[in-house]
Amino acid sequence: MTEHMVVIGAGEAGARAAMALRENGFAGTITLIGDEHHLPYERPPLSKAVLTGAEEPAPPHILDEARLAARGVSLLHGTAAIAIDRAGHRVALAGSDAVPYDRLLIATGARARRLAVPGTGPETVHYLRSFPEALALRRRLVPGHRLIVIGGGFIGLELAAAARARGADATVIEMAPRLLGRAVPQEFAALLAARHEAEGVRLVLGATIDRIETTAEAHSVVLGSGEIITGDTIVAGIGALPETALAEAAGLAIDNGIAVDASLATDDPDIFAAGDCCSFPHPLYDGRRIRLEAWRNAQDQGNAVAKAMLGGREPYEAVPWFWSDQYDLTLQIAGLSYLATATVTRDLGDGARLDFHLADDGRLVSASALGPNGRIARDVRLAEMLIARRARPPAADLADPATKLKSLMV
Amino acid sequence: MPTAIATRWIEACAADEIDEEDVIRFDEGDRTFAIYRSPDDTYFATDGLCTHEKVHLADGLVMDNIIECPKHNGRFDYTTGKAKGAPVCVDLKTYPVRVEGGKVLIGLD
Ligand SMILES: Cc1cc2nc3c(=O)[nH]c(=O)nc-3n(C[C@H](O)[C@H](O)[C@H](O)COP(=O)(O)OP(=O)(O)OC[C@H]3O[C@@H](n4cnc5c(N)ncnc54)[C@H](O)[C@@H]3O)c2cc1C
Ligand code: FES
Repeated sequence: MTEHMVVIGAGEAGARAAMALRENGFAGTITLIGDEHHLPYERPPLSKAVLTGAEEPAPPHILDEARLAARGVSLLHGTAAIAIDRAGHRVALAGSDAVPYDRLLIATGARARRLAVPGTGPETVHYLRSFPEALALRRRLVPGHRLIVIGGGFIGLELAAAARARGADATVIEMAPRLLGRAVPQEFAALLAARHEAEGVRLVLGATIDRIETTAEAHSVVLGSGEIITGDTIVAGIGALPETALAEAAGLAIDNGIAVDASLATDDPDIFAAGDCCSFPHPLYDGRRIRLEAWRNAQDQGNAVAKAMLGGREPYEAVPWFWSDQYDLTLQIAGLSYLATATVTRDLGDGARLDFHLADDGRLVSASALGPNGRIARDVRLAEMLIARRARPPAADLADPATKLKSLMV
Repeated sequence: MPTAIATRWIEACAADEIDEEDVIRFDEGDRTFAIYRSPDDTYFATDGLCTHEKVHLADGLVMDNIIECPKHNGRFDYTTGKAKGAPVCVDLKTYPVRVEGGKVLIGLD
């Protein structure tokens, strides 16, 4: 009989799953173990409102004590899980007794990838994954402060936008010749680059980093070209690594994250994984194994894995969806562009645009949009619904702003 | 003794300004509302801003009796104001609605 459910990681996926276990009728004990000291909170605001808001922020909590109590979820926060004893069905904790489980969820998320060049260290390079890190950066972003951002991905660009909003200078150094990597269409990356430059951000693209130098007054990044960029704070946003150490030590299969099947179970039928830490086969994309670092996925997988832990067998096939806010622009991406071979653009007005990405057989596999959120959101949502239905909408209809996407939903 | 709270009816829009299963924004003074027309042709009104991060719901998508927020897809039942799950957990305030002479009126207290 299943009596004890244990969740390691009290982030977006873990917190959601703990609540959803109860919402789905589970009557036994639910223990949520989190190594952070705060109640579970949302991370997306850490590179947005937490940095730019007028008042000193509190963590954007997902749950409070009252809601945890109402659902009978015991949260052990400030507690790290240090080992999984699969044979004994127990999780060892730092500083307290092991907890027994019948079914276990690993939702340990991801951690910021560390910069590996000479001169880096905790005093010289900042990262942004947690609330305390966001608060430390926020306190530095004052008018005239010179922020150097290493990495032109989402977090780096949101940081640059936040720095400008607070009157600080920002320089973004990126290794690739363009911003945002392959997940974002080239045209959108170019539009965002132009906007950042118009806002006064200096973009240094195609640069390698030789080393970091620190003096009493400043920190400098020495580029491979010999150029030296000097500032007051260096922050690196160069990607995230799935937090797989516990799973790995317990002998679970790892493949760019904790490898789970279509219903989010690991190769141990009593252990599941969800959120940024796991890779899973996606039915909409030929069963390709993917790992997402996206907030809605963490939530959706939290809901889905709760059902799976209770014996459900439904495959997880939510359409991947991601957004980023920079200045007054929102970028939203639904679906994955793996299978895409053609693009159709729809003009949404006010400079907003929506690109539909189609596979060889005309199937809509992905959509990306850039513009004010209110201009793009509804159409991206409808595109997402078309992607989920594996629809093949006529290209001419997709391109024509006069054709309501809702009308293509047959 | 019960006190009667005077309801002030104000004209929000023409009934045919909203498509079926759709929503529009209506501002009055410094307040903002969302006015809905359901698939079965009934009108509803709620506060205009999402309870998660104060985004205008009128830019969102209406599906049956659900309004989905355009920012992070939080969902509310606009007929009752009920928040339908993460990331929204605080309900929306709703307002009474009357349709008279082709106009949609909402009742404010
Ligand atoms: C600054 C920032 C901005 C973002 N912006 C966006 C955005 O705009 N849009 C978007 O879609 N996504 C965004 N994301 C991504 C999104 O926040 C993540 O996808 C989401 O938080 C993943 O949830 P998770 O539960 O898998 O992992 P997490 O939220 O990372 O939670 C994992 C938790 O597990 C804890 N943990 C790890 N190991 C242990 C252990 N051994 N014992 C106990 N606890 C442990 C961690 O400390 C953490 O609290 C952003 C992320 C960051 C960092
Ligand atoms: S602002 Fe509405 S769901 Fe976040």
